[in-house]
Amino acid sequence: MNRSIISKSLLIALPMLALGACSSNSDVDAESAEKNATQAVEQVVDDVQTNTIEAIELTAEEQLAQLYTDAILKTTIRFEFDKSLIMPDYAMILDAHAKYLVNNTDKTITIEGHADELGTPEYNIALGERRALAVSTYLENMGVAASQITVVSYGEEKPVNLGHTKMARIENRRAELVY
Amino acid sequence: MFIRFIMTLVLVTACSSASARLEILITEGINSARPIAVVPFKWLGQGKKPQNFSEIIAADLQRSGKFNPLSINNMPKTPSNSAEVDYAAWTKLGIEAIVMGEVKPDTKPGNYIVTFELLDVLTGNVNMADYNPIMDKRRNTVATNQLRQYAHRISDIVYEKLTGERGAFLTRIAYIAVDRKSSHPYQLRISDYDGEGEKLVLRSKQPIMSPSWSPDGRKLAYVSFENRRSQIYIQDLYTQKRELMTSFPKINGSPTWSPDGTQLALVLSKDGQPEIYTFNILTKSLQRLTKNRVIDTEPSWAPDGKSIIFSSERGGRAQIYQVSLTTGKTKRITWEGEINLGGTITPDGDNLVLVSRHNGNYMIAVQDLDSGELRTLTKTQLDESPSIAPNGSMIIYSTVYQGKQGLALVSMDGRFKANIPSNNGDVKSPAWSPFLQ
Repeated sequence: MNRSIISKSLLIALPMLALGACSSNSDVDAESAEKNATQAVEQVVDDVQTNTIEAIELTAEEQLAQLYTDAILKTTIRFEFDKSLIMPDYAMILDAHAKYLVNNTDKTITIEGHADELGTPEYNIALGERRALAVSTYLENMGVAASQITVVSYGEEKPVNLGHTKMARIENRRAELVY
Repeated sequence: MFIRFIMTLVLVTACSSASARLEILITEGINSARPIAVVPFKWLGQGKKPQNFSEIIAADLQRSGKFNPLSINNMPKTPSNSAEVDYAAWTKLGIEAIVMGEVKPDTKPGNYIVTFELLDVLTGNVNMADYNPIMDKRRNTVATNQLRQYAHRISDIVYEKLTGERGAFLTRIAYIAVDRKSSHPYQLRISDYDGEGEKLVLRSKQPIMSPSWSPDGRKLAYVSFENRRSQIYIQDLYTQKRELMTSFPKINGSPTWSPDGTQLALVLSKDGQPEIYTFNILTKSLQRLTKNRVIDTEPSWAPDGKSIIFSSERGGRAQIYQVSLTTGKTKRITWEGEINLGGTITPDGDNLVLVSRHNGNYMIAVQDLDSGELRTLTKTQLDESPSIAPNGSMIIYSTVYQGKQGLALVSMDGRFKANIPSNNGDVKSPAWSPFLQ
């Protein structure tokens, strides 16, 4: 992320100014006091030297999580059998994605709608689209521009769980948010 | 033998043979079938006989669900022409008809002369001059690579003579295979109706759906997600040429060919909900047939081409409706069952084959269109995508069998059942070809 690159360079640049003519090989400077002893006499900053350590950086995802809560790291919205209603459990996830998309209008998202294996493949394409559209409508209601959203339904063609159990079906009824 | 397409490298068609081979395993319905004998054809040449005709013919007749061929071990004799037949011995076994024949090399290398006879055992046993037991007798010159097809041709002739209905043994099945170990997991394949001669005609990294045969058996329409969206294509099976038909925003789905081959019925959701349209293949003009706020999908043409049936949730849960292309009037045609989907009218126009949900199980069912009576034909839970043989005798559909999605057959009367398990990934969305000869 741009922000982290800028802040990282600031962290390095400021102490560098303080160190003045110090070698750019700053990692070893603190240990090579002997080598620097003669030079130090000539320096304005008399006997004291400072150095940096690496800042503990958050990953891009972690920084996003700080901004939008952990909810943005979740990209799967599940649905009840034969239903396309967004369940309250998923509001926070969608709110986080909506906030991110509103703040980053250059970003686009694809919402993939999926269904379980019950019902015919053609019907499930329609059902998958209804789910993807329910997510799309939610995001648009939160202020995301329609132009940032693409919707595609894969029906029952791309299950995440290849089993034929009730649990498999629960996992397969879903919408996926893909950036 | 790959062809590269300009649009995308994701996708290749191939005419190479795929590794899987489908095999039909009969599970129900042999006892009620008519006893018949298919005697091993006599090989009059040198060395190994070029093709086992009687095996192919007996398997065809058995898989029709209408005949129960006698095992070779139980045959009193193995005659190869009608002059040698002792009818009394076959009558004693209750055999109705005998198929027999001879194969000899033609003077032209690589060709064979195949003769066969179909005999009516009862007439033969009566032995009266006015009654000829020979129901059919033919002699043909057949090339080596045509021998298997010719065996199916004999099956067609025997079947038609004995049932009065045209045989469908010279037909093919198109279906989708999903081989998750492959670099291109989604595969459109075609095999002979009996699973032999499987060919891969398209493979993709993204799903392929809804294959539908053109009435001349030369092309397939299907849905492909190769560009990460649904699009409808037509592919010529002889030239491999593909043509993009529709690529509207959102759903482009469920193409089915009109009986005259000029139009597709299909589903588009570009204007909101999934709606049924007809699409002229030549002019690309669209005509919208449905308009409401719920799902309409799965269009299928009536055999006369004058109406289209489809699934709709306009009455609450999904049921099957019929819209007239002349008046535009729509009527509901299914009433039994929690949900009814995926309807097709049989070639004779008398029945509707569909997926019907009862107690949460999705089963193949048939409804008499006059009386409205609905009979479920299968007892499994996840049956879908029924496709009817062109002679209306049999339905192929997809089901879950031993934890895998595979194909299965059921006769129109529900008595005969067979599984076609896949030995390599999932197989689904079968589409039975029209008559090909």
